[in-house]
Amino acid sequence: MDAFYIILTASLFAISCGLLGCFLVLRKMAMVGDAISHAVLPGIVIAFLLTGTRDSFEMIIGAALIGIFSTFLIEFFHNKAGLQTDAAIGVTFTWLFALGVILISVFAGQVDLDQECVLYGEIAYVPIDLWIGDDGTIFGPRALYVAAMTLIVNIAFIRIGFKQLHLTTFDPAFAATIGISVSLWNYLLMGAVSMTTVAAFDSVGAILVVALLVGPAAIAYLLTDRFQTMMMITVFVAIISSTLGYYLAVLVDGSIAGAIVTIIGILFGITFLFSPSNGVLMKKRLQRKEAQRLKAEAPLS
Amino acid sequence: MRIEAKEPVVEFHDLTVSYHKKPVLWNIDMTLPKGALVGIIGPNGAGKSTLIKSAMGLLPLASGYVKIFDEALDDVRHKVSYVPQRESVDWDFPTSVLDVVLMGRYAKLGLLSRPRKADKEMALNCLAKVGMEAYVNRQISQLSGGQQQRVFLARALAQEAELYFMDEPFAGVDAATEAAILAIMQEMTAQGKTVIVVHHDLQSAAEFFDWIVLLNMRLVASGPINKVFTNDMLQETYGGKLTVLAEVGELVRKRQIPSREKY
Amino acid sequence: METLREFFSFSDPSIIAVTVGAVLLSASSAVVGTFTFLKKKALVGDAVAHSVLPGICLAFILTGTKNPLWLIIGAFITGWISLVIIDNVTLKTKIKEDTAIALILSVFFGIGILLLTNIQHSGNAAQTGLDSFLFGKAAALVGKDLIVFGMVAVILLATVALFFKELKLIAFDPNYAKALGVPVKAMDLLLTSLTVLAVVTGIQAVGVVLMAAMLITPAAAARFWTNDVRVMTFLAAIMSGFSGLSGAFVSYAAPAMPTGPWIVMIISAIALTSFFIAPTRGIISRSIQQRKLQRMIMDENLLKELYHLGEKDEDPYKARSLDEIIEERFFPKDRLKSALRRLKREGYLAKQNGDWKYTEAGKLKGQRVVKLHRLWELYLSKYMKIDPDHVHEDAETIEHIITPELEKRLEKMLEYPEMDPHEERIPY
Repeated sequence: MDAFYIILTASLFAISCGLLGCFLVLRKMAMVGDAISHAVLPGIVIAFLLTGTRDSFEMIIGAALIGIFSTFLIEFFHNKAGLQTDAAIGVTFTWLFALGVILISVFAGQVDLDQECVLYGEIAYVPIDLWIGDDGTIFGPRALYVAAMTLIVNIAFIRIGFKQLHLTTFDPAFAATIGISVSLWNYLLMGAVSMTTVAAFDSVGAILVVALLVGPAAIAYLLTDRFQTMMMITVFVAIISSTLGYYLAVLVDGSIAGAIVTIIGILFGITFLFSPSNGVLMKKRLQRKEAQRLKAEAPLS
Repeated sequence: MRIEAKEPVVEFHDLTVSYHKKPVLWNIDMTLPKGALVGIIGPNGAGKSTLIKSAMGLLPLASGYVKIFDEALDDVRHKVSYVPQRESVDWDFPTSVLDVVLMGRYAKLGLLSRPRKADKEMALNCLAKVGMEAYVNRQISQLSGGQQQRVFLARALAQEAELYFMDEPFAGVDAATEAAILAIMQEMTAQGKTVIVVHHDLQSAAEFFDWIVLLNMRLVASGPINKVFTNDMLQETYGGKLTVLAEVGELVRKRQIPSREKY
Repeated sequence: METLREFFSFSDPSIIAVTVGAVLLSASSAVVGTFTFLKKKALVGDAVAHSVLPGICLAFILTGTKNPLWLIIGAFITGWISLVIIDNVTLKTKIKEDTAIALILSVFFGIGILLLTNIQHSGNAAQTGLDSFLFGKAAALVGKDLIVFGMVAVILLATVALFFKELKLIAFDPNYAKALGVPVKAMDLLLTSLTVLAVVTGIQAVGVVLMAAMLITPAAAARFWTNDVRVMTFLAAIMSGFSGLSGAFVSYAAPAMPTGPWIVMIISAIALTSFFIAPTRGIISRSIQQRKLQRMIMDENLLKELYHLGEKDEDPYKARSLDEIIEERFFPKDRLKSALRRLKREGYLAKQNGDWKYTEAGKLKGQRVVKLHRLWELYLSKYMKIDPDHVHEDAETIEHIITPELEKRLEKMLEYPEMDPHEERIPY
């Protein structure tokens, strides 16, 4: 049962991340996702110090605001100080992340977070941390509910804003001319990424959440030319890698989050080489076949 | 030379546009007529694309204003369509030809609603008009340059607008596509729609358009082709480089001068 | 305070080792980072930094020791592999660079974490301290570690010094560099190797997670103070070295604290301060320049309006009341008063019975603004074929920025005209 809870929680988070990741990858904003996932850390620590719990609603909102603030900061450094974008990203997130780690060390006694948990989470503890009602009823692992809620919110967001997200991703200039606010939808998307990152933080940590954001979406991108299909494949990859990752972690006795990401890496490697439409080896084979065909068709000389 | 349009649909009033604080268009003041096929012509860096982007509200105006159908853009957006340069989007984007054309219908749909059957039919119609009915489900990454341009045109048609701004629709397309696009534009103008096209080829410009805007950082001329498309005017557009203007523009950028002062 | 004095007395020889080590490591990564920054490849350093973790873990698993030489070799290999993969993914698929970087960074790190947790769970006693590579621990620099890491840092600095000219060229304009016969490919390879090496050494001080800051942040901060690559490299090294020193101190004073985040905090504080206070490029300096400019425009406009008033009654030196000026052109009263006082201080205006009048210098200046305004109007209508009723607005701006050289050229081009397009006299 424990295994089932862990896999289910991981899958739900991976699906949330993956769906948002589809947009990030196509918007060429994967590194902004990376930056947000680091930058929310001080928000999490401060919210934790204030509320005293790990997954309260306020905490998710507070930390998500810091995530949006970091995107704003990146744009501020870029526009007002004329700093190149890549450096603006690099400076902003390392600074906020360092601040977060220092806060954890300073308040080590009061914060139930440690430096390593920040990096790769503690999904193994999911089945232990139960949600118990006032009358003593046990509803199941708390993280599972957080994961489910996150997924519901994300699906609702994507469902409601699909046209706007889709269009501002593909052709922002055109979107603007028909009256869609490109920056509004950008901030909404970044808000969703922040919220999801914060929610998933406990379980998978700051850096590995990046793999969930980018990995499944990148794999799906290499497998299809259709956006809806890409989202579907992403969901599938998210579930597969969560499941296989869990068993890999058990096998080698290591971090579950690390193992899930390792599986994502392996799946990407396979796709990179063998994807029927985009795989490197498949393309080579196609070229060889084409060359042979041309050779066969060529008139005898 | 500036000839006012009799039945104006677009009015540029003392428009100055800056890019990175450097003015790239100075004091554009003109009106464009209803039902015309307008060509915006000028050398590289003359600000042709900038002009239509600023008309579509994609760039902030340093000063002046643009009125469309005698109103602010926001009030008439549904009557205006914009076709960006082909290179401005990522053609690796995982989407199909039909999906792109359906985007033209998004403006008419509410927040939650999805394209309906009628929208789909409309989109298919538009694709047929540009001769792309065989490619409805094709992925956009597999299209040739000319086909990409036709898809963009179909998307614009699906908007059912009155006024069209098109950024270099003839750039890098094959001869068949060029003819097809031109035929559609002519059909549109015959229906009383106005089509404003950024164009860089002088030779074909003479055949395509009935109203010409000559641009080189400033408005050199605007008027019916027979009046404006003269050797003298072209000489002025392409020949004399206004070094003083360029230098002043550079000064404005260097000193970060606000384009309109307060007191 | 006490600890601070203790620290800087360097009575404990291990403090010297730690300090020298931390400063050297930080400074060398900043120097290499300057070039990746200039090449706009700043985030590639982030990818390398995360990707060395599996290399370190593998080296430990294979050799069973924490010998720094093996760890460096392991780190170097996986760091390099990550860059090769990023390049290949971007080159051979439709995936763009940002996704490739984010993906490889997190996947390599994930593998590293899997290996690290596996090592930790294995109960091997030798592994303790391996996790200090995550957030850095300058205090762990002792004896032979220091010699190995220090050597690498010195090699790094020497290589950059040796190839400074070439590195600068490929960062600035690779095509031109190629035309000059610089082996661009080899230099790119060199820079990549230097980046990996810088990361490999720097992680001892700051750890893999925040290593990116050591490459990017000093360069970003230094860029705000200078336009000279040589000065910039030097400044970045000094700023970074200082933060390394502070890190060593933290490591000494509070052994429970991770050093990396502190070093990054300090270099970030330097960078953020630079963004705001650096002369000319800084945000504050920019807004001061804007305000100065606004004031200059206000002053010139005021002098110009006095000239207009003088034109009307043909008495330029007549004293004018506030109301008279405001009637000619609206200015908010408080601003007008402060501008008048300012102009008096500068010798352009004199006060007479509460009214204001030109000094000679004031009249000359007012006249010049009027002249530039009318010259520009004439230029617009004559050369840009803009109707006379559309040229005024533009001239309002341009009158303030025309330099004396441009003024001369305009006069000559327009053949010292007497009248502007509105039939108003151009004063000389």
